[in-house]
Amino acid sequence: MNYEYKLYEPTWCPGCGNYMIRTALKMALEGLGIEPHEAVIVSGIGQAAKMPHYIKINGFNGLHGRAIPPAIGIKLSNKNLKVIVESGDGDSYGEGGNHFIHGIRRNIDIAHFVHNNQIYGLTKGQASPTTAMGHKTTLQYDGVKIEPIQPLALALTMGAGFVARGFSGDIQRLVSLMKEAINYKGYALVDILQPCVVWNKVNTFSWYRDRVYYLPDDYDYTNKKEAMEKALEFGDRIPIGILYKVEKETYGDKFDFIKKGLPLVDRELNPLDAEKLMNEFI
Amino acid sequence: MAIRERLSGNEAVAYAMKQINPDVVAAFPITPSTEIPQYFSAYVANGEVNTEFIPVESEHSAMSACIGAQAAGGRAMTATSANGLALMWEMLYIASGARLPIVMACVNRALSGPINIHNDHSDSMGARDSGWIQLYSESSQEAYDNMLMAHRIAEHPDVLLPVMVCQDGFITSHAIENIELLEDEKVKEFVGEYKPAHYLLNKENPIAIGPLDHFTHYFEHKRQQAEAMRNAKKVILEVADEFYKLTGRKYGYFEEYKTDDAEVCIVVLNSTAGTAKFVVDKMREEGKKVGLVKPRVFRPFPAPEIAGALARFKAVAVMDKADSFNAAGGPLFTEITSAVLAHGATGPKFINYIYGLGGRDVKADDIEFIYNKLLEIAAPGKVDSIYNYIGVRE
Ligand SMILES: Cc1ncc(C[n+]2csc(CCOP(=O)(O)OP(=O)(O)O)c2C)c(N)n1
Ligand code: SF4
Ligand SMILES: [Mg+2]
Repeated sequence: MNYEYKLYEPTWCPGCGNYMIRTALKMALEGLGIEPHEAVIVSGIGQAAKMPHYIKINGFNGLHGRAIPPAIGIKLSNKNLKVIVESGDGDSYGEGGNHFIHGIRRNIDIAHFVHNNQIYGLTKGQASPTTAMGHKTTLQYDGVKIEPIQPLALALTMGAGFVARGFSGDIQRLVSLMKEAINYKGYALVDILQPCVVWNKVNTFSWYRDRVYYLPDDYDYTNKKEAMEKALEFGDRIPIGILYKVEKETYGDKFDFIKKGLPLVDRELNPLDAEKLMNEFI
Repeated sequence: MAIRERLSGNEAVAYAMKQINPDVVAAFPITPSTEIPQYFSAYVANGEVNTEFIPVESEHSAMSACIGAQAAGGRAMTATSANGLALMWEMLYIASGARLPIVMACVNRALSGPINIHNDHSDSMGARDSGWIQLYSESSQEAYDNMLMAHRIAEHPDVLLPVMVCQDGFITSHAIENIELLEDEKVKEFVGEYKPAHYLLNKENPIAIGPLDHFTHYFEHKRQQAEAMRNAKKVILEVADEFYKLTGRKYGYFEEYKTDDAEVCIVVLNSTAGTAKFVVDKMREEGKKVGLVKPRVFRPFPAPEIAGALARFKAVAVMDKADSFNAAGGPLFTEITSAVLAHGATGPKFINYIYGLGGRDVKADDIEFIYNKLLEIAAPGKVDSIYNYIGVRE
């Protein structure tokens, strides 16, 4: 019997897609036999980013937009930890957009789960970088005037080795996507469509349900060109599943001093060793 | 006739911005200032202002967009809180260093970490040396009035510095109070047109803003900036005087409350001054000679004036809603005591209380406790501890 994760009472609204994402996360962690001390959830600020408050696991809750850099630091200092970033579309693609881009370039072994509700939920309904053009919000009264980010396409162009899309309305598939992302060696992005029942009255549960379809079994997820086409498909139909997955050398693998031996936190550093070398110069 | 209304601090500030009708507002949502750009964007959508409203993707971009707009000769405004202000940090210095008179509403909230959305003054106090003028407001009325005076101060040719108008998050920003508003025409006339002497894209006089400034000139520019802050002291009073004639509401560097015959005094910023006034009234009825000084202008710091005002008390407690983590005292305390020392006032004994961090409620009882402590010191007793905390579990 694997470890069973303890949950805490959330302050999310009834009906929020975040409940399903949390259930999926719990099931994925339990299914992989990962215990709380073996993993850490890193988050920024937002409704999605409250995740470490609501599940008993190592958690690091930093600043809005800034989940990726501490996740990188954590993974580099302790490569044995499973590092999972949980954050919103605003957190990941807006205020944290720069870290998203450069994090992909670095290809650290972390799983990034973006709860994409196409809105700023926590601050009450302003447009996020994924809100569609024309969508009227509490700040954009006349509708959004700028083009939304296409996160999966952006991740692909930046060279991400694992790019997937999930839907909070289908737990079973979300669990398997999360498991794959956690097991993937390198940066893995799962953009999860998540209805915000309070502030996004356009991209509702049924809006997503009516549009999502599953990539067929014979879909070749190593074909980047096809992946790019699928990544840009976000309208009447939205593909769900692993769009792209290939093996890539991770950042940690590029450096013998990280790759070989114990995690950095467990190494004994003895400054006296350096003394011998320094003495040669005196 | 002034317009009587009931508005929260955020509504009051947004309303002032509507009446000012700036060229550009760039902002990003953050609790508890989010409502300001939200109300303002409704004014834009309704065609009540001609402002270009830019909903940006970060506060760094918000301040940068304001800097660009102001550099191009426009009047730019923004609003933020806490880490939003922190994220603007490097741009705050660009705004003041380039002498761009931007006006910002700062709705005070505790800085992370850990994350907290409630009120204290760690955000604006952290920005106290960024070259911005800082005005503090006890109520939504004062926030409104300070906003109306801000451009006049900022844009004065002897000043040309950005202004931050601070009010307490939630306590003032979300509480609805009675307020007197000015008619639109009166505001328009009072605030006036912005006619910068230098701006980008001026065909007659092309200029560069912010180019490399080595040790041959940087120091002179900083000296000028320091002089502008000194000049602001005069301008702040002139503008307040004109505002008084218009509204009957009097503003100076600080407000004194029942200090005439007071023996002891508390110095405190923003909304807590309201609570302290209640305590002063109560203790006065009991025959205790207590008074209050509420600074409005923290930058420029009215050092000789405040030292002069405090010199006559036997004991003074400075209450800080931010800690300096310097093992010596909070920011307001350090400024005040150094002013007192530098300007030769030797009379009063000073103590400091850090209070209300992260929105911890400060009660009338807490303030009464401090007054009683001061009365003991004045008795005369002795100061057993200078740097203290109130309302915290230790
Ligand atoms: C520097 C900074 N700016 C603004 C905020 C306010 N803020 C908190 S969460 C958030 C956006 C939330 O949207 P998203 O990341 O999509 O998460 P959601 O709540 O929708 O899950 C914002 C703007 C902040 N915490 N820090
Ligand atoms: S506001 Fe939206 S995202 Fe936040 S808890 Fe409620 S439904 Fe979920
Ligand atoms: Mg969101």
